[in-house]
Amino acid sequence: MLRAVYKWVDERLDVTPIWRDVADHEVPEHVNPAHHFSAFIYCFGGLTFFVVMIQILSGMFLAMYYVPDIINAHASVKYLQTEVAMGTIVRGMHHWGASVAIVMLFLHTLRVFFTGSYKNPREFNWIVGVLIFFMMLGLGFTGYLLPWDNKAYFATKVGIQIAESVPFIGSYLATFLQGGDMVGATTIPRFYALHVFFLPAGLLGLLATHFILIRRQGISGPL
Amino acid sequence: MAHNQDGNQKQVHYVGDSRVRVNSKEMLPPDYSQFPGKTEQFFPDFLLKEWMVAAVFLVGFMTLVMAESPPLGDIADPTNTGFLPVPDWYFLFLYQLLKYKWAAGPFISIGIIVVPGLLFGGLMLAPFLDTSKERRPLKRPATTWIAILSLLGVIGLTWAAEAEHVIQVSSSSGTPAKDKKIVAEQDKGYELYKKNACIKCHGDKLQGVQGPPLLGVGDRTKGEDEKLTRKDIEHIIDNGRGAMPAGMFQGSEADKQVLLNWLMQQKQK
Ligand code: HEC
Repeated sequence: MLRAVYKWVDERLDVTPIWRDVADHEVPEHVNPAHHFSAFIYCFGGLTFFVVMIQILSGMFLAMYYVPDIINAHASVKYLQTEVAMGTIVRGMHHWGASVAIVMLFLHTLRVFFTGSYKNPREFNWIVGVLIFFMMLGLGFTGYLLPWDNKAYFATKVGIQIAESVPFIGSYLATFLQGGDMVGATTIPRFYALHVFFLPAGLLGLLATHFILIRRQGISGPL
Repeated sequence: MAHNQDGNQKQVHYVGDSRVRVNSKEMLPPDYSQFPGKTEQFFPDFLLKEWMVAAVFLVGFMTLVMAESPPLGDIADPTNTGFLPVPDWYFLFLYQLLKYKWAAGPFISIGIIVVPGLLFGGLMLAPFLDTSKERRPLKRPATTWIAILSLLGVIGLTWAAEAEHVIQVSSSSGTPAKDKKIVAEQDKGYELYKKNACIKCHGDKLQGVQGPPLLGVGDRTKGEDEKLTRKDIEHIIDNGRGAMPAGMFQGSEADKQVLLNWLMQQKQK
């Protein structure tokens, strides 16, 4: 039955090459922890992606309750955390996941750096990777404000002051981030939009590029 | 329709009736036969094993999530001048860097453009700066050393920021009281307070002289969201803290408890 359905779809859409392309590639021995335990360092990239998936899923659930305005933001997070079933766990996953994602990303960067995997012909993918790092930092910065507690508010204020001290473009940058001339009612929706639409869209685009390039170029050889 | 299967080799093949050429070349991954050893099919062999790594990771992660519920402080209060701002840990190095004199004020461009620019610019352009074919870290010492030193720098700055923050939190004088009245002025605790040296530094009306005001110590937060507890105050009285010397209370243990009771009654809000 399943086979028949697959065949029906495949005849029309020719899906076999698409998934075959993902599935059919060889994993060389030197990156396979089953053969060399030390090859676990090659898992960091995959684990980063795994955490990003956790972030996206838990974030989608948080968005069901979160209200991005100065009056309700804090109350909605509090409600989510104290009243909603599993609320603490979902918020916990998103909160700790943010830190774990940065750690994993950092370890992955170190692995690529110290194995010299960024070298010819993979220069471009290295740059894409660094851009992914910036996106993740941006996600961390914008997400920190959203619970709208004192910690969030004052940290963001300091962050924006730092942005403001950039020569020439600083004041524009600060106005853009705040949506005005102070951290307040216009800042939360702005950070929220950046956090759930702009930056994730950029991140997913970069991740897609990252993975397509890996499939094109293959993983770097043994040292 | 341009789509044709009549075996005319010369004719360009298009996908359906579009102008997209049929790509007859399969997108073959690079061949690993150059790496001798036990290569493995990604799907399903390797993926089935990789699940184990993900599962172990997930168990560890969920344990962390269950053990530590995510913090949520009081709602943001822009008038709270006593609050010590602290960014998330991965921004601490930058935050700390900008506290140094040579990277702040008139030299702000050093702290905000030059150093981060070198750090992130260097990271981004690594493939173009280190163009040798050599991949082993020990065989390209310059790159490796620069990386290790920058890494140590970032870790050191983060560590310094954290250490400084801990000190600041423990010596911040909490939120200043809005209401300026002593609670329970007739209490024996106030007598003890006046008899001891406390009054010289914290003032006859608890307003603070050389030390911070003690109005409202009863429900004061220390730094972030933690309450200053009775135990904390007792510890401060016994051992001193910062500019406050130890052993300022002269009297019996029972009297000290009376004083503590009275201090804990100082709640203004
Ligand atoms: C020599 C001056 C001096 C004397 C005497 C003194 N204090 Fe202090 N006290 C200070 C200073 C200065 C601080 C702030 C310490 C810091 O910055 O870490 C302080 C802090 C405190 C705090 C913590 C306040 C906060 O918000 O964290 C308490 C409580 C306190 N003192 C109680 C007492 C009591 C009770 C006595 C009398 C037994 C006393 N002090 C005597 C100087 C003094």
